Amino acid sequence: MLRQLGHKGAIMGLGRIIGNILGRSVDPQKRREKKSFQESLEKNIWGLIVMVAIVVSIGGIVEIVPLFYLDNTIEKLTKEEDSIRPYSALELEGRDVYIREGCYLCHSQMIRPFRDEMERYGHYSLAAESKFDHPFQWGSKRTGPDLARVGGKYSNEWQVQHLRAPRSLVPESVMPDYAFLEGYKLDGALTEKKMRALAMVGVPYSEADFAGAAAGVQDKTEMDALVAYLQVLGTMVKFEPGKDYRE
Amino acid sequence: MVGNAPEHPNYNMAIVKAFAVCAVVYFVVGALVGDLIAWQLSFPSLNVNEYLSFGRLRPLHTNAVIFAFGGCTLMATAFYVVQRTCAVPLWSNKMAWFTFIGWNLIIVSAVISFPMGWTSGKEYAELEWPIDIAIAVVWLSYMFNFIMTIANRKVSHIYVANWFFLGMMIMITYLHVVNSLAIPVTMTKSYSLFSGVHDAMIQWWWGHNAVGFFLTAGFLGIMYYFIPKQADLPIFSYRLSVLHFWALMFGYVWLGAHHLQYTALPDWAGSLGAAVSIAMIIPSWGGAVNGLMTLSGAWHKLRDDYVLRFLVVSLAFYAMSTFEGPVMSLKTVNALSHYTDWTIGHVHSGALGWVVMVSVGAIYHLLTRLWKTEIYSVGLVNTHFWIHTIGTVIYICAMWVSGIMQGLMWRATDDYGNLAYTFAESVVAMHPYYVLRSVGGLLVLIGAGIMLYNVVMTIRTAGQPNAAAARA
Repeated sequence: MLRQLGHKGAIMGLGRIIGNILGRSVDPQKRREKKSFQESLEKNIWGLIVMVAIVVSIGGIVEIVPLFYLDNTIEKLTKEEDSIRPYSALELEGRDVYIREGCYLCHSQMIRPFRDEMERYGHYSLAAESKFDHPFQWGSKRTGPDLARVGGKYSNEWQVQHLRAPRSLVPESVMPDYAFLEGYKLDGALTEKKMRALAMVGVPYSEADFAGAAAGVQDKTEMDALVAYLQVLGTMVKFEPGKDYRE
Repeated sequence: MVGNAPEHPNYNMAIVKAFAVCAVVYFVVGALVGDLIAWQLSFPSLNVNEYLSFGRLRPLHTNAVIFAFGGCTLMATAFYVVQRTCAVPLWSNKMAWFTFIGWNLIIVSAVISFPMGWTSGKEYAELEWPIDIAIAVVWLSYMFNFIMTIANRKVSHIYVANWFFLGMMIMITYLHVVNSLAIPVTMTKSYSLFSGVHDAMIQWWWGHNAVGFFLTAGFLGIMYYFIPKQADLPIFSYRLSVLHFWALMFGYVWLGAHHLQYTALPDWAGSLGAAVSIAMIIPSWGGAVNGLMTLSGAWHKLRDDYVLRFLVVSLAFYAMSTFEGPVMSLKTVNALSHYTDWTIGHVHSGALGWVVMVSVGAIYHLLTRLWKTEIYSVGLVNTHFWIHTIGTVIYICAMWVSGIMQGLMWRATDDYGNLAYTFAESVVAMHPYYVLRSVGGLLVLIGAGIMLYNVVMTIRTAGQPNAAAARA
């Protein structure tokens, strides 16, 4: 039965299913006489599996695969604009704290090209800006504000105090306190391993980065790391005013 | 087709019982964590320590309700339905118990992982790589057993409910494997193979199909068996079920991109996702209509059949949220609704209204059949029905208001073109609705507790000869 259901057969089968549904006799006797493709699937589990496996894969293939080879998926930036680099050792550790604490569940990092968002948060986000983000941190919910360009907006002292006790600076906030981050020292040995893992999936870390990883986080706490990460967010592209980056 | 299968002495009903009881327990747990984090958003001082902060508990809530409660419900019902409609026992009892133990161990590992902060940081797929591998193995054992049972069947046709279960199993395998691809650093830390825009598209391909296949196709399988069975009527239209099945299988897969409209995802992908989303209203309503019309001429049964009441109201919520979904994927609506509580409300109208209600109906149905007894208290079932329905409606309405209000406040400008509100002002404005949502969630939790009590008492009194008389 599987042999009869080659790739071509499966595609023709789809047409036949639709044709059969539309042209089907209501007379059960006649229906029994003519065996439709649908009916043969209902009697053949292997055929049904193959058909379902093909039908459910189409949408994903059409939407995902082209993103990997279409040139314009990630914006082309000029040399002057582009200073996108992999995260430093400390920033990387901070990013991992950000992920661990589930910050992305309440804060997006994706500014949409709307007037109000650009006024509130800054220039709309580019795909290029998260090209080294494994996994992406665009988020899906803004219980708190977007953080895509929070880097440099507040001082380090403000960030630390805000993470320790958010309501001491923003009385309206519903954010949990993260004072405990100050009590945890970073493990430098792990930082290098993390960088090497990221290098394996395409982040261009150099031997010098690996060598300097442990020193980069020495005597630093998770609080220092998280603040370093927040302070670099959205600062790596120098936007040309008025230029349309999404063609 | 339904009901033709004779009672078979070798049916493995013990596995169904075990999964059904677990589902009820996990329903209580999932609702408890959910309501706790709802109160945390209302009163942030409830984030008592690092292990119990919102950011760590939220994945615990979503995983508990989707994969622990939803998963156990799907496993209980699929194993029940496949035996009954194929007129054969499960292909392998040993493998079924492997699935049961494996799935529960995965759930236990999740309960440990999330408070510890071991997460891969991808929504609804947060578990780390060793657990992801375990999920793949256990999931395949579930699917393989299901398929082999069908292959062994004694009836000629494969019943429609099984198509939906099968579609769900195949697609979840694809999704889980691709979306979980990662490079390990330690046992509890890994980095996604994909980055940025690619990772986003793959994540939402997974994210929306966790909804579309796990929480929709699978539960439509439940609907296609339990509604005709409970109503004692055949499915309204065979043709509609064929059309709706293939359209759903083909169409749902495309929808993930609508979560990324106006983001840095190329416009063509988001627009494609939105276009198919709008078209999806047809197969979705096809399913809802097929279920509801099955009752045509028998609507009076709703008056005293408590199980049917859960099942029918679930379809009403299904129809409503599958209308709301396409509306929210329209670009102009999405521009407002994205990032707001409206999304949370939409998810819960589907989850609390559709998934929970159809599951609860199916479990109450299973309870009396599996333990061959009457339900311990019909009054408590009715209480559960009303408390759950009211809780769900309060939840959804609170999130509609807060979501739309948020969206409007963020974009509002004054006469001079300046932003009218700071972000903090919008947070304050949400407070009453967050409290209201927590109250709605509390009602759902109380309902879940009532159900657990009723289930336990039904099972405990099942063996007693005078049980029915004692209750009267």
